[in-house]
Amino acid sequence: MLKLSEITKTYKVGTFGGKSLYAVRKVSFDIKDGEVISLIGESGSGKSTIGRMILKLTSITSGSIEFNGQDISTIKKADLKDYYSHVQGVFQDPFSSCNPIFKADRIFEIMHEEFFPSMPREEWDEKLVEALHCVGLNPEHVQNKFPHQLSGGQLQRFLIARALLLDLKFLVADEIISMLDASTRIDVLNLLADLKSHGLSILFITHDLSLGYYISERAVILYKGTVVEMGETDKIYHTPLHPYTQMLMASVPHLDHKWEQKTTDLGGKVEDITEGCVYFSRCPLEGKGEQCRADIPPLVEVEPGHQVACCCFQK
Amino acid sequence: MSLNIENLTVYYQTLKGEVHALEDASFSLTDGEIMGLAGESGCGKTTLGTSLILLNGRMRYIRGTVLLDGQELPIWDNRGMDEFRFKQVSLIPQYAMSAMNPTRRIGKMVHELIEARHEDYNEIMPELKRRLDLVELPQEVLKLYPIELSGGMKQRMVMVLSTLLNPSLLIADEITSALDVSTQKAVVEMLAEFRDRKFVKSMIVITHDISILSQVADSIMVMYAGQLSEKAPTETIIRHARHPYTKLLISSLPKVGIKYSEEILHGIPGKPPLLLDPPIGCRFRDRCPVAYEKCTQVPPFLELDKDHFVACWKEFEEHA
Amino acid sequence: MSEPKKKNEFLYFAMRNGKLKVGAVIVFIFVLIAIFGPKFARYPLNEFVAGGPNPPSADFYMGTTAYGQDVYAQFVYGLGTTFIVGIIGGGLATLLGMLVGFVGGYKGGWVDEVLNIITNIILVIPTFALLLIMVAYLKLRGVLIESIFIGLTSWPWAARAIRAQTFSLANREFVDLAKLSGMKTMKILFREIAPNMMSYLFMTFILQFGGAILTAATLDFIGLGPTQGVSLGLMMNWATNGSALLLGYWWWFVPPGIAITAVVGALYIMNVGLDEVFNPKLREM
Repeated sequence: MLKLSEITKTYKVGTFGGKSLYAVRKVSFDIKDGEVISLIGESGSGKSTIGRMILKLTSITSGSIEFNGQDISTIKKADLKDYYSHVQGVFQDPFSSCNPIFKADRIFEIMHEEFFPSMPREEWDEKLVEALHCVGLNPEHVQNKFPHQLSGGQLQRFLIARALLLDLKFLVADEIISMLDASTRIDVLNLLADLKSHGLSILFITHDLSLGYYISERAVILYKGTVVEMGETDKIYHTPLHPYTQMLMASVPHLDHKWEQKTTDLGGKVEDITEGCVYFSRCPLEGKGEQCRADIPPLVEVEPGHQVACCCFQK
Repeated sequence: MSLNIENLTVYYQTLKGEVHALEDASFSLTDGEIMGLAGESGCGKTTLGTSLILLNGRMRYIRGTVLLDGQELPIWDNRGMDEFRFKQVSLIPQYAMSAMNPTRRIGKMVHELIEARHEDYNEIMPELKRRLDLVELPQEVLKLYPIELSGGMKQRMVMVLSTLLNPSLLIADEITSALDVSTQKAVVEMLAEFRDRKFVKSMIVITHDISILSQVADSIMVMYAGQLSEKAPTETIIRHARHPYTKLLISSLPKVGIKYSEEILHGIPGKPPLLLDPPIGCRFRDRCPVAYEKCTQVPPFLELDKDHFVACWKEFEEHA
Repeated sequence: MSEPKKKNEFLYFAMRNGKLKVGAVIVFIFVLIAIFGPKFARYPLNEFVAGGPNPPSADFYMGTTAYGQDVYAQFVYGLGTTFIVGIIGGGLATLLGMLVGFVGGYKGGWVDEVLNIITNIILVIPTFALLLIMVAYLKLRGVLIESIFIGLTSWPWAARAIRAQTFSLANREFVDLAKLSGMKTMKILFREIAPNMMSYLFMTFILQFGGAILTAATLDFIGLGPTQGVSLGLMMNWATNGSALLLGYWWWFVPPGIAITAVVGALYIMNVGLDEVFNPKLREM
């Protein structure tokens, strides 16, 4: 359905834009029909940038993204609406996603205007009510309200309903539950899983490992714009191979048992590396050497459905 | 008893009226106890934390007493609290990292802070250096501007600063929520270490993330809509919670090891009441699966087992 | 929710807003004076109808100047001129500022860079030097020329302010969502971003309006103003030249001073009121 091939995003920095900074570096993976992939990374890992590139909100420096075989960078302005009728996004802050001076329903009004200008009002209203029911909202409770009169969870469902009005095939869900309260976030997560079972593909961007585990079949671990490990969720979580992934897994606070080892890595200042393994300066492995500093390790398949980018698995 | 709070009630003044943000909170902390304070946004946990150190302009003290090491804190008196702040009670606020003045070198800021508390900077200096070493911050950090530090470094600096005068009580408000998982872990471990080294006697760690608390807290207190729901040792809260809200909250948390395809978790239907005009009785009543007539009265916060406090009529009934 | 209904809603809150009503009423009163005042003038403008200074009386409603001109006639005509300068000069500056600010703030990149350079150039051009040159060429100057000149030289401040606002709004998620809905750039600017800045744009207009009136007064003072007519600024300067303050001719300089202050002040109060109307969070519901 969606295929990312070596996509890269660089930003020019420095006084005259002489240096480039990699936000995303040669990231490749694909998402199949009806699949949920978790894109997991800490702040600054470039995970949101990838989502924005898929949504064509940020330009791609190099590499390509294909949607059902078509390179999305070749889509003309006139055909953009067609692309957006299949691919949509929901973002982290539901309140910021609504124009604060209008009522929340206006986001639906825009959809009507832009995508279904000829649909009569009655028919549209029916479609809308159906979409709201689908995300578990009672239209009477949520229509004709201002964003701040709704809860974060309600608003986030609202925004999912907005996407469902279209012939949706792919959804980019960027940290969509990190701002919600514990008692409501799981319901939004369940809703996504439910949509998935109806054939929707989802890129679930998160920093919260337990959420990623709950919902996705496959996970991609991102560190400083580079994929360090990816594969089936179970394998990544239970037998992490990359030292970064191992550190992440060891840092997850579990409800039922305490952290085993003490932190040695305090996450001090990390210099920007343009060459070699991105994790070099923090890597605790004894086997790390000059090769790690010089070459960027490629992703290699260590077992079926489990790839890792670390010099230690380069045989 | 390090801290003893009795019927503490604090309201917020707004244009629309008074928000009943904290209603009759009574609990105590023992020496060396790290208590986690958990709840959803707007449940009053931050109000409780900040009211122990500084009532801001919109907060109004209604009633209640706060005893710290047997001494009453005059929390309604902003001036009177001055001699306690920083020395007896200290706070790491929610956005402490961005609260540092960007135009001052950190050393200068520390200097001013200590002078303002009428302490001698030079006398404290050796201790400050020891503590910087402890959290693995180089001493050069005092010569830097806040912007030159990473998020984790800033957080450690703030922690060293706020505990420099060995306060009896430290309140840490959402100090981990903006951090990455790996830094989060380091910061939380540091909290425990500060307690073990007796830099602080006891702590209240406020967060919405119960799994963080389960790692470090000795006890957890859960709040809902301005009322205390339950307080118990950490293990008890996580495995044998008795308040229906705590039970539902714990069971709604996704954990590594639980998959949607194998086990579907459920949230709590409904939403918290508005505290401008809070419902009478137990405020969880509307969302509670076991609520009955009795719940229109406010349940007291009773110790059902040793160190296990619950505010739920149904539980009292079953216990009796 | 349909379009007309939304407009009614703003109107509904606008009608209930005391600040907006008070401000609008004051401005409206002055506009009425400027329009209908001249009809009641008993003496022609700037004619020396009395021998010297007269305090207000039944004959001279607002007294006369030290030279014996009717203050009332000067006031009502001057008020009209002042409104014209304010509306044309302030309006032009606001429009140019909006155009440059919106495009620069939203598009970013090199477009923004170029617009920024132009803005800064206009900002540092010495206005008065430019004016002196212009005066040398234009022998007859009217209020219109003066207003346009003010408008063309004072937009950069507006552009900078609007650019900053646009920039922060353009990075909000609702703008991303509008893009994902396939909305066109201009539509996003005017339907999503501009409404959020309504009170801000109005505020800019007020500042430019007041600024234009004050600039006009300054220009008038150094003899670069209109070669005919009268304005509130001119009146105050004549009063200063005639030592009205020293000699106690309060009726000469107080009315134009009050009028300028009242009009600008009323517009400011309206602005606060409008902020409440446009921002639902400020509505006391």
